[in-house]
This record gives sequence, structure tokens and C-alpha cells, in this order.
Amino acid sequence: MIPAGWFLSLGLLLFVLGIIAFFVKRDLLTQFLSIEVMLGAGNLAFLALARGPAKVEAQVIVFFVMTVAAAEAAVGMAIILLVHRRRRSIKTEDLRTLKG
Amino acid sequence: MFFVLSIICVGSVLGMILSKNQAHGALCIVLAFAALGGLFGLLGAPFAAVVQIIIYAGAIMVLFIFVIWMINLRTGIPPESQRRTIVLAVLIGAVILAQLGFAARGLFGPAPSSVETAAAGPEAVGQLLFTKYLYAFEITSLLILAALVGAIILAKRKDRP
Amino acid sequence: MNPFWLIPFPPAVGAFVLIVAGRKLSRKAVAWLACLAAAASFVLAVISFQSLLGGASAGRPILRTLFTWIQAGEFRADLAFRFDPLSAVMVLVVTGVGLLIHVYSTGYMSRDRSFARFFAFLNLFTFAMLILVLADNLVLMFVGWEGVGLCSYLLIGFWFEKPAAAAAGQKAFIVNRIGDAGFLLGILFLFLTIGGVSFGAINEAVAGGIIAPATATLIAVLLFVGAAGKSAQIPLYVWLPDAMEGPTPVSALIHAATMVTAGVYMVARLNPLYAASPAASEVVAVVGALTAVFAATIALVQNDIKRVLAYSTISQLGYMFIGCGVGAYAAGVFHLYTHAFFKSLLFLAAGSVMHALSGELDMRKMGGLRKHLPRTYPTFLIGAVAIAGVPFLSGFFSKDAVLTAAFAQGRYFIWALGLGGAVLTAFYMFRLVFLTFHGQERLEPEVKRHLHESPGAMTVPLVILAFFSVFAGYVGLPPVVGKHAHLFDRFLEPVIKPAEGGHLGLGTEWVLIAASVAAALLGIGAAYAFFLRDPRIPRRLGEKFPGLYRLLLNKYYVDEAYDAAIVKPLVQGSARVYDKFDLAVIDGAVNGSARAAGLLGRLLSLIQSGLIKDYALAVLFGMAIFLGVLFF
Repeated sequence: MIPAGWFLSLGLLLFVLGIIAFFVKRDLLTQFLSIEVMLGAGNLAFLALARGPAKVEAQVIVFFVMTVAAAEAAVGMAIILLVHRRRRSIKTEDLRTLKG
Repeated sequence: MFFVLSIICVGSVLGMILSKNQAHGALCIVLAFAALGGLFGLLGAPFAAVVQIIIYAGAIMVLFIFVIWMINLRTGIPPESQRRTIVLAVLIGAVILAQLGFAARGLFGPAPSSVETAAAGPEAVGQLLFTKYLYAFEITSLLILAALVGAIILAKRKDRP
Repeated sequence: MNPFWLIPFPPAVGAFVLIVAGRKLSRKAVAWLACLAAAASFVLAVISFQSLLGGASAGRPILRTLFTWIQAGEFRADLAFRFDPLSAVMVLVVTGVGLLIHVYSTGYMSRDRSFARFFAFLNLFTFAMLILVLADNLVLMFVGWEGVGLCSYLLIGFWFEKPAAAAAGQKAFIVNRIGDAGFLLGILFLFLTIGGVSFGAINEAVAGGIIAPATATLIAVLLFVGAAGKSAQIPLYVWLPDAMEGPTPVSALIHAATMVTAGVYMVARLNPLYAASPAASEVVAVVGALTAVFAATIALVQNDIKRVLAYSTISQLGYMFIGCGVGAYAAGVFHLYTHAFFKSLLFLAAGSVMHALSGELDMRKMGGLRKHLPRTYPTFLIGAVAIAGVPFLSGFFSKDAVLTAAFAQGRYFIWALGLGGAVLTAFYMFRLVFLTFHGQERLEPEVKRHLHESPGAMTVPLVILAFFSVFAGYVGLPPVVGKHAHLFDRFLEPVIKPAEGGHLGLGTEWVLIAASVAAALLGIGAAYAFFLRDPRIPRRLGEKFPGLYRLLLNKYYVDEAYDAAIVKPLVQGSARVYDKFDLAVIDGAVNGSARAAGLLGRLLSLIQSGLIKDYALAVLFGMAIFLGVLFF
């Protein structure tokens, strides 16, 4: 059918798009979203490369990746909330205290 | 089918990049994840497809929307105005794409068993989860618990008596 | 099996224990430990000595190599000990007199704050000295040489809170160092010439005639420079009088009986080398003779008891070198041996006097003590009589041996100088005795109130030393006695060949003996006249020759001359070098590199903008490079 390579290249494209999105955006929230995009692209790559009996294992791994992504999203959101409470903004440029 | 879904996906992500409003961007991503789920299904991974839609497009994105709502962002934040960073990012991104693409070049030929039509269903996944990956499974549940507790504590308002 | 190689170790152990744990031990424990260590060495020395007497192996040197120490290319120096009659004599003197002084110190230093430190250093010194005399090669001997120099510094400056003591310790060390430079050069040339530094190799080389006379002279003179430093001969004697700032037992042990004799020992040990170089032997004899007289003149007018004894030591060391210089090395060693007894006796007795007088040293404030110090006075008197060369005591036999040898070798001028020195010796010694113990009392009232004889720990060693001062000389009777003559010399024969030529007729020998006796009696008589019968004579002489008196009192202004000519220029030169080079260049480099590091850090910190995006960009960049490396 459709060669796995195409799925893989789609995954690559999505991954790079996620990277570009990270740099284009200036607020924490959407930057986080772009990270999730990258993770999804990774999942796609995993599944694309799996063959035969490995397909089941690939899904297991994808399952774990998603779980971790969910946990990370939860904690990340909490942190964004805190940052917003402290500084009234979630612009990434405002977080400069590590300068030096 | 593949092309439709992939175009939707890529297009949504591009939409997210270009949008000035976070809420719009989040919605675009929801669409992208949904398309991604469909792609998973195409790959013969129904379990992953469904889980993707339920968890990603469903739970995680809802979380994002909630937070957007709680932060109460009135005005959107325009995307990066700094030319230099964008150009650099795009450049390096292209380089990486090329590198990875080059690395993956061997897979473009039509392989005989390129995509299995026989789907691997949830049964099989469940089997594996509770035998070979049992340990990881349990630890992952601990991880979720930790994230849960952590998120709650972090986000709690301090002035509650 | 001869246990001689164990001899240095008991004091080493003692020193180590006392250094590490001395402060925690009680005074009694410290005293017992130190004295037992000294006693153990002495016992081992006696046992080892026995095996050298009689039997087939009598006199043959016993060597024992502990391990290979240095081996660099052709240079080899082992940790090897040699035991032969010469080492036996030295070891017995060092451990025997050392033991007596350890015991004496338990009384003398009993109220001192740093009791343990004193005995630690004393043991350490004994260890170093034993290494020196037991070494089988010049390098190991130099280790012991430096070790005793170090201990001398530590012990002279024992009361380091006193600026005079600290300065004296420093002076001793530095002057010694100058001598050591010569010593090292000597070793260097020796190695270059014969390819080895062990005494066996040296003896073989000289016997085989490998060394050219000029080279032998060079080496011997350089080594003698070292000996002059350590044994306080002209011009490196200036440290010894200052060294009297140290506790009196230290003066007795180090600056009378043992360390200062190391130079004499070295010359005696290398007697084949010196015999092969008449020029060097000449230097040794002349320097010894000049020093003997020079120091004696200074001793004539000093008012500090210990200073008189110090100059006396310098003078007597000159006699030992006269003996070695004229080829009668055995006579020099014989005088070393007897001098150890009566000089340490004199120092310890002087310490007893000081102890009784609560630290008074100036003879002008003494007098009439013979009634109050019934044990110190007789022993002191015996020591004085011995050193003056009165017949039948040890000093007479040894001094006579040296002078007779000089005469026998045709060195009449040296003999005359030595005889003159003997007169001076008797004079200043009895001046000391009369001023201190006889005549009217000139004590300060405070001192008189606390006047008391010293405790047993101090007086018993005095008695023992007095005994030896009288009888130790009987092993070296002059040939006039006939059969039992020269037992000492014959014992040393395997190591020290008797001087060639110079056999005097019996008549001449008796004349020489008479001359020596006359010299002694002349000195004593003059002292009696000057200080007992008519004490105004010295003052009148002093008034008639004020310039001469001042010259002698101020030690010929030698210290001042050294200071102006050598010390000050060096100090000023060093200060200039410090400013121009040390501060500017070295500190500049060190501080400069620190500044550079700081600069670099500040430059690098510009990268840290605090922005997440910049960091992410860096990560991305790194990822691209990494992938590139991975795939291509």
C-alpha cells in the first residue's frame, strides 16, 4: 500500500514543523503545544517503522509515550499557571532571570 | 486517504504557527491530532489511533483550553517578530530535515510488507502490557500519580486556610 | 651476627614516637623513652664493638647493605653501613656520651615547657649522627651530615621565642650550608673521577693510583671546606659561639662531643685520599693550627662561661685537624675521643653552675662557688685539668700525641703553634676555674639566695665523665712507655695507616713530653697569678693595651666583617631581585592568568542571555551537528 517511508517522512516534516513552531512563538503555552506536536510526530515515526509482530510493541511504546506526555502536560500547565500568577504574563522573553 | 489526512495534519500545524491567538492555535492542534489519529489507524494500529484521539485530542487539549481560559488571555500574542531567530530556526530545521530524510532514504521503496493490512488490535496490546511491560506499566501509573499530586500542589492558591 | 646496623634505629623510633605523641605523655615517660633509646643504642654499640676485638675477623670492616637507594645510570649509592674500628670508636663515643647527656637533660630541662620536644630532637640528632658515622658511602654520610645540621638548628633555636636563639640557629644552619656546598662539590668531583662514592671504592681508587694528585687535592680541599663548616674551623667557625644560646646539654652533646667532630671523622675516614694529596693535608694542618691559636686568644678575655668553652672547642678541634693534617690521623681521632669526655664534662658542669645560679652566665658575677657546689666543683676541676694537658689525665696523652706527631713529621712551626695554644688553653681554662669557683664571691644577692647544688640526674653523669676524663687516655700511651703504647692506634690500624717516617728517639720524646707539661704548668701558674693571687693584674694589663683587649673581646670583629662584606650585600641584592623579578614577573604571571580566566569567563557569560529560546537554539544547533556526525 503506502510505503512506510511516506509516513516516516510525514513524521519528519511534522517534527521539524514543531521545532520551527517552538522558535516562532513567543508565549509559553503555544511553545508547549509545539512540543506536543513533536512528540506526536515521534509516535508516528515509531509506528511507521514497526513491522509485523513488532507492530504490537510499537503501540505499547506509543501508549507509554502518550501517558508520559499527559503527565508532563499536567505539570507543565501547573507551572504556566504559577508563572502567570507571578508575572501576569506568559511571554517567554519576560523570563530572563537566569541571565548572566 | 493518506494524503487527505496528511494534508489536514500539516495544514493544521501550519495554521497553529501562523495564528496570532492562542485559542485558535490550540484548536488547530486539536484538528492536527485528530488527523494524526486517523493516520495511526491507516498504519494498522487501531489501538494507538483510538488512544491518540481520546487522550491527546481529548484530554490534553481540553487541559490546554482550560488553562487558556483560566489565564484569561484577552489579547493574543503575535508570533515572533525577530527575523533573525525565525530565519535561523527555519534554516537549521531544514538542515535537520535533510539529515533525517537522508538517513531514512532506504525506506522509500515499495516494500512487499510495507504496511500490514492485518491490524494489531487492543487485545494483543493488552497482552503485552500485562506481561512483558508490566513493570513499566506500573511505574507509569506511579508517574501519573506523581504528576497529579505535583500539579495540584503547584497550582493551589496559597491563601486557602 | 654483628648487630651494628641496628644501632641507629632505637633513637629513630624514640624520636618518631616523641614527635608524634610526645605532648600527650608524662614527663617521666618521655624521659624514660628517650634515655632507653639512647641506652639501647649504646648497648648495641658495645656488643658490636666486642666482635671487633680479637679473633680472626678483628679489624676487618663489616659491611651491610640495607637496600639499593639510588641507582641512576652509573651513579649508585646504597643504604649501606660500614663497621670497622674507626666507626666503632665514633659509635661508642656518640652513644656513650649521648646516653650520659640524655640522663643529665632529664634533670636540667625538668622545668622546661617543651620537655618532649627537646628529647625528640635529641633522639633525632643521635639517629642522624649515627647514620653519619656508620655510612658506607659519602652520599649517605651527607644525609647524616645534613640531619645533624638540621637538629643543630632545631636545638640551638630550641627556645625560639628568644630572638638571639632563633638568630643563632639560623646562623649555624646557613654557615653550615656554605660548608656543605664545598662538600657536595667534593662528592661530585669524586664521582666524576672514580665513578663511585662508597668508601671501599675510594680506598681502592687511591690505592690503584687512579686519582691524579691535582684532582685528589681539589677533592680533598672541597671536602675539607665542608669539614671546616661543620667543625668550626677558620673561616666558618662563627656559628659555634652563637650556638651557646641553646640549652647547655645541647652545647655539650652537639657542639663538643659529636656533631662538630664529624668533620674530623670525615677526614680520618678518607685518610687515604688526604695521604695522597700532601697539599690538601698541608691546608688541613695549617688551618687547624691557626684556628687552635686564634680561638684560644679569643677565649682569654671572654666573660661568658659558655663562650669560653665554645672557643675552647674550636681551638681543640684545631688540634684534631693538626693531627690529621700531619698524617697522624689516629692521633687526631684519639684527641677527638678524649676531648669528647672532658669537653662535655666541662659543658655539663657549667650547666650545673648555671642551674645553681638560676641562669647566670657571666663569670664576673660568680666567685667562691667551690664551697657551695661540692659535687660540681671537683668534676669541673678534673675536666679543666684534663684539657690543660696535665700529665696522667687523658687530655695530656692525646694532646701530646698530636704535638709529638707534628714534631716527628718535621712540622716545627705547627708544633710551636700547638704548644703556644696549649699554654693559652691552660691559662684560659684555669682563669675560668678561678673566677668561677675561687676568690671572693661576687654573686647577686637574689642569686645567692637560691643557690643550690644540682640534682643527682645531673651530677652523676658529671662523675662518670670525670672518671673517663682521667682514665680514657690510657689506651693511647706514648711509645716511651714501651709495650702498652698506642693501643688505640693499633686498634685503628686496619682503617688508619700509621704515619710514615717520623720516628723519634726516646730522648726526643721525653723532651717533647716535658715541653707539653711545662706549657700546661706555665698556663696554670699564670692564671693563678693573675686571678687568684693578684686580681688587679688583668685590669692593669687591660688598661695598658686597650686596643688589643677590645680586639680580643670583640672576637677580632670577624662577625662584623662578615656582616658588612657578605650578609648585607646579599640581603640587599635579594630585596632588589624580589622587587624586580619576583613581584613583577612571577606575581604578574600568576595574577595575569587569573585575570585572563576572569576575562574569559565574562566573555562566555555573554552567551547566557536567560532566554529559553536562545538556549533551545543552541540545543538545536547541537542536534544538527550531532546528526551530521552520526550519519555521515
